[in-house]
Amino acid sequence: MADVSSATRGDLRLTRITKTYGDFTAVNDLSLTIPEGSFFALLGPSGCGKTTTLRMIAGLEEPTVGSIHLGATDITTKRPYQRPINTVFQNYALFPHLTIFENIAFGLRRRGIKDVDADVNKVLELVELPHLAQRKPTQLSGGQQQRIALARAIVNRPALLLLDEPLGALDLKLRRQMQIELKWIQREVGLTFVHVTHDQEEAMTMADTIAVMNEGEIEQMGSPADLYDNPETAFVANFLGQSNLIKGRIEGSDGDNLVVDLFGQKIAMPKKRSHAVDNSIYAGIRPEKFRISLVGTPTRGNILTGGRIEDVSYIGVSTQYQVLMPWGQELMVFEQNDDGVAPFDKGDEVVISWEPNFTFALRGDEDAEAGTEVIPEDLDEE
Amino acid sequence: MTLTKVKMPYLLLLPGFLFLFTFFILPIVNLAQTSTQTPIAGGDTGQYEQSLRFANYLNAFTENKEQFARSFIFALCATVLALAIAYPLAYAIAFKAGRLKNFLLVLVVAPFFVSFLLRTVAWKQILGEEGFVVPGLRTLGIISQSTTLTSTSFAVVMGMTYNFLPFMTLPLYASLERIDPRTMEASGDLYANGLTTFRKVTLPLSMPGVVAGTLLTFIPAAGDYVNAAILGSPNTKMIGNVIESRYFKIVDYPTAAALSFTLMAAILILVTLYIRKAGTEELV
Repeated sequence: MADVSSATRGDLRLTRITKTYGDFTAVNDLSLTIPEGSFFALLGPSGCGKTTTLRMIAGLEEPTVGSIHLGATDITTKRPYQRPINTVFQNYALFPHLTIFENIAFGLRRRGIKDVDADVNKVLELVELPHLAQRKPTQLSGGQQQRIALARAIVNRPALLLLDEPLGALDLKLRRQMQIELKWIQREVGLTFVHVTHDQEEAMTMADTIAVMNEGEIEQMGSPADLYDNPETAFVANFLGQSNLIKGRIEGSDGDNLVVDLFGQKIAMPKKRSHAVDNSIYAGIRPEKFRISLVGTPTRGNILTGGRIEDVSYIGVSTQYQVLMPWGQELMVFEQNDDGVAPFDKGDEVVISWEPNFTFALRGDEDAEAGTEVIPEDLDEE
Repeated sequence: MTLTKVKMPYLLLLPGFLFLFTFFILPIVNLAQTSTQTPIAGGDTGQYEQSLRFANYLNAFTENKEQFARSFIFALCATVLALAIAYPLAYAIAFKAGRLKNFLLVLVVAPFFVSFLLRTVAWKQILGEEGFVVPGLRTLGIISQSTTLTSTSFAVVMGMTYNFLPFMTLPLYASLERIDPRTMEASGDLYANGLTTFRKVTLPLSMPGVVAGTLLTFIPAAGDYVNAAILGSPNTKMIGNVIESRYFKIVDYPTAAALSFTLMAAILILVTLYIRKAGTEELV
């Protein structure tokens, strides 16, 4: 077989991809370019189409409509074994009848490479498990199997490495450690990684670029900081971290800022962070951007008065407050416990303030709850 | 640990042990004793006395070498044929059947609802002059106008293949069904085409089913006499038929017992060699 892995290189381009199963549309008219050498994350809740997208890139599914290019080569209808793409499967899918060494050598041998020892040993060193070469997969822990699955894929030096919820089966501590390791390995080997996950923290830790998917479409794409600070839709605002979305109206403008009315109180926000189409908006502020102060103490920036603390949860690094506003909405506020000041008490009358720059605006006709009701633990649904 | 807890496993084993002792161990000991007996001088037909005549074995074997060989050749043919038919069938049920899976499994077992004898007799009709097979093959020119299929080795092997097919299919299905389909996807992802994936992943992972299925087919097929009796002729006698006639017709108990033991030993040796060769320790 020709050496498929070095034949094609370049950016991965998905052009107007649609995938339907009967009446169900898993992926809807999706276009996407993944630059060579990047760490790209497809983030979304289960059933959003991210795994289907990954499987189409791997060649395990064929798009109903649309095309996939790797560099200048059209790979839309190529069989998986004809693509210079390797996958780290969700439950690793190691070959139980082969040793770790043979698992890793599998792809090399299929490409007709006779002398595999050096390559396999090198990649075993990279994942720090050279002593396990002669074991069988069932004799390894979950974390070790995960690394072997990664080694088995990267030993082929594919143009594109796909990771399907690769850390989903690991416990939290190991997952954090593997996130950092994966990022390091990606830099080390310089391959393009496409990472599918439902875990927003994982995506933000590792990826250069994140595409947030919902119901078969890309909601928003950008760097982790972009998506977090300047979400364009309620889904993104709620799925990446938490957001306070307050119904409001744009009243006018003042230089680079918009003047917004929130239930009778005027605030300012940067024009470039508004994604509204008319005057009706949701003003969004992240809970940690809020500051709380007792009525009467000086404050600066945007101010909302008339709040009363409904609930206090002390969680170590921060304290989380639920503040009931005069219009009946409870706002979430996270305060760092770094100033030695005792937390506020339930029932305190407070003023909420924040820097105008931290405000973003979404269309007023959006569903403010979008992206909050997802159950991310449900891994196997797709 | 209380005394009851210690005794419990033995209590649970007791019924099975008693059953096997009464209906397996005792008869086998009895059979062993019979195998070295000789006729009582001046006694009636069927009256034998113990004289530890081990030459019975040699005589039994040398007189029936042909039938022994035929038994193993027929059993081997039936096993290979059954494997060739059952593997694709089990594969399709395990991976391609979707919602039809359970229905197809019921179909595999469905022949058991009809008596073994009836099904074998039915094959006599299928392969007979009035059936569709013989005229069909004649029309196609595959067999000559004068060739018949009943009372041939072909008919016996076909009957055995058919009768033991479920015993091949079910273990194969069970082991194929246990394979994580993602290992096959991973193989494709790692540059193996369909055939290579089958050779390097699917087949090795289904070896427990292949071993179990071939044993469940070969062992009973080697000792079978019903198929040869119904579908065969005196020229296709298997060792089972010889034992049957020695025991029931000629009332030559020692020879029948010696033949049974020889058959048992031969099967044991073959099976041991086979399992060694198939290398079950390589399997998960």
